[in-house]
Amino acid sequence: MTIQQPKPKRKSAIDAASFDVAIVGAGVVGCAMARRFTLEGARVVLIEKGPDILDGASKANSAILHTGFDAPEGSLELKCVQDGYHEYLAIYGDLGLVHEKSGALVVAWSPEQLAALEGTRAKAHENGVTDVEIITKSALGAREPHLSPNALGAIQVPGEGIIDPWSAPYVYLRQALENGAELRTSCEVTGGDFDGETWALKSSTGTIKARYVINCAGLFGDLLDQALLGETHFHITPRKGQFVVFDKMAHALVSSIILPVPTVRTKGVVVFRTVFGNLAVGPTAEDQQSRTDASTDDLGVSALIADGVAKIPALSHMPVTAIYGGLRPASEKKDYRIKTKAQKNWITVGGIRSTGLSGALGIARHVFALYEQTGASHLALPDPVVPRATILAESAQRDWQADNHGEIVCHCELVTRREIETALNGTLRARSLAGLKRQTRVTMGRCQGFYCSARLAELSEGHFTIPLAEEIGHE
Amino acid sequence: MNNHPLKAAGPIDVAIIGGGPAGLAAATALKQANVARVVVLERETQAGGIPRHCGHPPFGMREFKRILRGSDYAARLVAQARQAGVEVHISATVVEIRPGGELLVAVPEGVLELAPYRVIYATGVREKSRAARLISGARVSGVLNTGALQSIVHLKNRRPFRRPVIIGSELVAFSALVTCRHARIRPVAMIEERPRVIARWPVSLFPRLVGVPLWTGTKLLRIEGEHNVTGIKVRGPDGHTRRIACDGVVLSGQFTPVSSLARSGHLAVDLATGGPAVDQWGRCSDPAYFATGNLLRPVETAGWSWSEGRKTGQWVARDLVGRLPEATSDLQLEVSGNSLKYVMPQNLVLGSPYTGMPDLQFRVDKDVRGTLVALNSKGEIWRKSIHAHPERRLLVSVSEIATTGATGALKFEFREQNP
Repeated sequence: MTIQQPKPKRKSAIDAASFDVAIVGAGVVGCAMARRFTLEGARVVLIEKGPDILDGASKANSAILHTGFDAPEGSLELKCVQDGYHEYLAIYGDLGLVHEKSGALVVAWSPEQLAALEGTRAKAHENGVTDVEIITKSALGAREPHLSPNALGAIQVPGEGIIDPWSAPYVYLRQALENGAELRTSCEVTGGDFDGETWALKSSTGTIKARYVINCAGLFGDLLDQALLGETHFHITPRKGQFVVFDKMAHALVSSIILPVPTVRTKGVVVFRTVFGNLAVGPTAEDQQSRTDASTDDLGVSALIADGVAKIPALSHMPVTAIYGGLRPASEKKDYRIKTKAQKNWITVGGIRSTGLSGALGIARHVFALYEQTGASHLALPDPVVPRATILAESAQRDWQADNHGEIVCHCELVTRREIETALNGTLRARSLAGLKRQTRVTMGRCQGFYCSARLAELSEGHFTIPLAEEIGHE
Repeated sequence: MNNHPLKAAGPIDVAIIGGGPAGLAAATALKQANVARVVVLERETQAGGIPRHCGHPPFGMREFKRILRGSDYAARLVAQARQAGVEVHISATVVEIRPGGELLVAVPEGVLELAPYRVIYATGVREKSRAARLISGARVSGVLNTGALQSIVHLKNRRPFRRPVIIGSELVAFSALVTCRHARIRPVAMIEERPRVIARWPVSLFPRLVGVPLWTGTKLLRIEGEHNVTGIKVRGPDGHTRRIACDGVVLSGQFTPVSSLARSGHLAVDLATGGPAVDQWGRCSDPAYFATGNLLRPVETAGWSWSEGRKTGQWVARDLVGRLPEATSDLQLEVSGNSLKYVMPQNLVLGSPYTGMPDLQFRVDKDVRGTLVALNSKGEIWRKSIHAHPERRLLVSVSEIATTGATGALKFEFREQNP
């Protein structure tokens, strides 16, 4: 298997044969897509313009595996989220992933919201999530004693849980690669021609031929359609979400995911535990034009902290560990924008504005079904390789607990030298600090790199497209 | 794991978490007091603590009666401890502390449990991260604390940027400036949010001497860039916002104790200092644990921490033979109101013939002139006029407070002098 540059003899084979499917965009949806198509027997190439995967919309989310209890009835989103949920539960054990079934509480903070709970409960039952129930204020207090007494009541959704938002797509992609798919990173699709049978995609690193193209370009999906098809059925308006992550001490303050009563536009600000042992609050929902600017601002951050403290007063004493922003590829409609252009051998997977992590596996199944409807068929792999994810969750056995890990480099998150070296040299080589962070959690703890930055600059030398530091020479 | 050197050599009398100046001094003092087995658990690959990556003098006046560079000073402290018979274990990370002194320790070979009679907790301080300071903007490479910058330059001979802005004007900001000069990094400016430079004269003259503008009353608003820093937005004393082009940001100062083991474990933590709550011998809420050095409070010099560590070592040696009074906590101290940041120790045991820390240590958050008063439920019981500066120690003799006759909760407040 090859990653960056295919070996010469293989390259000629590729050029001659070309791929069955080129997937553009290695976010969580692209990774799940590559896995599904590979397992179904297609020859897949996944094309990513960034040096590392998951560097667009997928780099920031609330890491919740949703049941779909509040998704619009009859929507494609509901179908994909529920299919994705079930597939995740079916495969996570084999892939070495985690699922902490913490349950969620949709908490009412006003009489109006309290009155709206029944509607949300009824909708959940219509969506097939039948274990959803309303609980009283006192039951809520007993279950979440640190929640503000201003909470008036709640709906409990036992099936909601938290997962590792990066290890999951990493291992989806690894499964694709270890079963024959290819990945091109730092490779931007700049144009392409379709001759009626095959696409010749022009990219920053050469031409890639594939019979079919799946556009999973997320925040750039409409632009890719426009550039290669000359038209697009949707327009992306990036929606920024800011998040605040509190110190690990805050983890004990809630056991469930605390959801607000949903509005039409957004799921609202959520208080959630992470599998890494933190407690986070977010996201905000701010529409903007820029497709790349995920910067945070004082207003957003202070509003999130205030929101968190209002819901869980003890958060006021908790230090902040991290602040980050992300962009969701929202379109002019709430539902996913998945569409086949059969005459162009093209499927667009657009507008995955939220629930991409929960929906990814289901979206991939749905898109493969669309692909089959166009007449394509492959022989599914009879005995695919099943890789194991890197274990980063606090609840699991980590590498620092194993023998001969070299040294602990990141003291806050207990990341070992062996884990770092594996991420730098393994199947999905980290090419940026951001990529290394997602694969190992280095610098993501309390000190944010105070102690390990120097060692990381040394260990990552020669690996990153933009080095962390340069040698001090004699000038 | 039972043949690991930490497990092999018999029972441990005292384990010290952290091999910086305070921890090494405590360990050395314990050996000098004839305690049999003293081990230092250092999580880095080299002991010595923060001074390891301070390439500059002056270190060692108090300890070695000479002026040393930080790295040489750190090496001497380690050598001195080893010579005294201390076992210094590197790459030994304490991941959990348990009641009674039990420690869970990760070493490269695996995980082991230790059960020393006493533990000295000496993990020091670090500077607050960008996130903890709630600094907004783009999440980019090139935003570092002084400690990280110094490690990159002095331990790895590398340079993360060329033209950074240094944020802050505590002593450590000037240390960052020295490090930059050493690495031929030319800071664009130093900025300080408060109206005056925090560090003392003549250190505060240094930036001008090396041609780096120092702007006070200037607040960092945002960090900009796509992958790396390309600039920052600041608001000056005139209220105007402007952009400074730079390729890095050094976030200096704003030290905070590294007390996560206490926070995630069972020890009482003082929210004011950020470190464990202690009595005048540095004894924590679990009397098997003592704390010392900068972990107790942010922040003092290496020399001060060393001196504290040495005394803590002596007190723990006494405690091992039953010669410290019971941890009765007769007086519980706290600060309230404006200006006062903390008081340490937080608990006093009264009526003991053995003295511990000679002074209560206070900090203020701005220049103040006025009266420090102590109040209990009956009202004011003690007062003293003070003139204090931010980030500089303010000391009040323990015996002054102990002899007021008060017991129970005691609150310190600052009253501004009437103009």
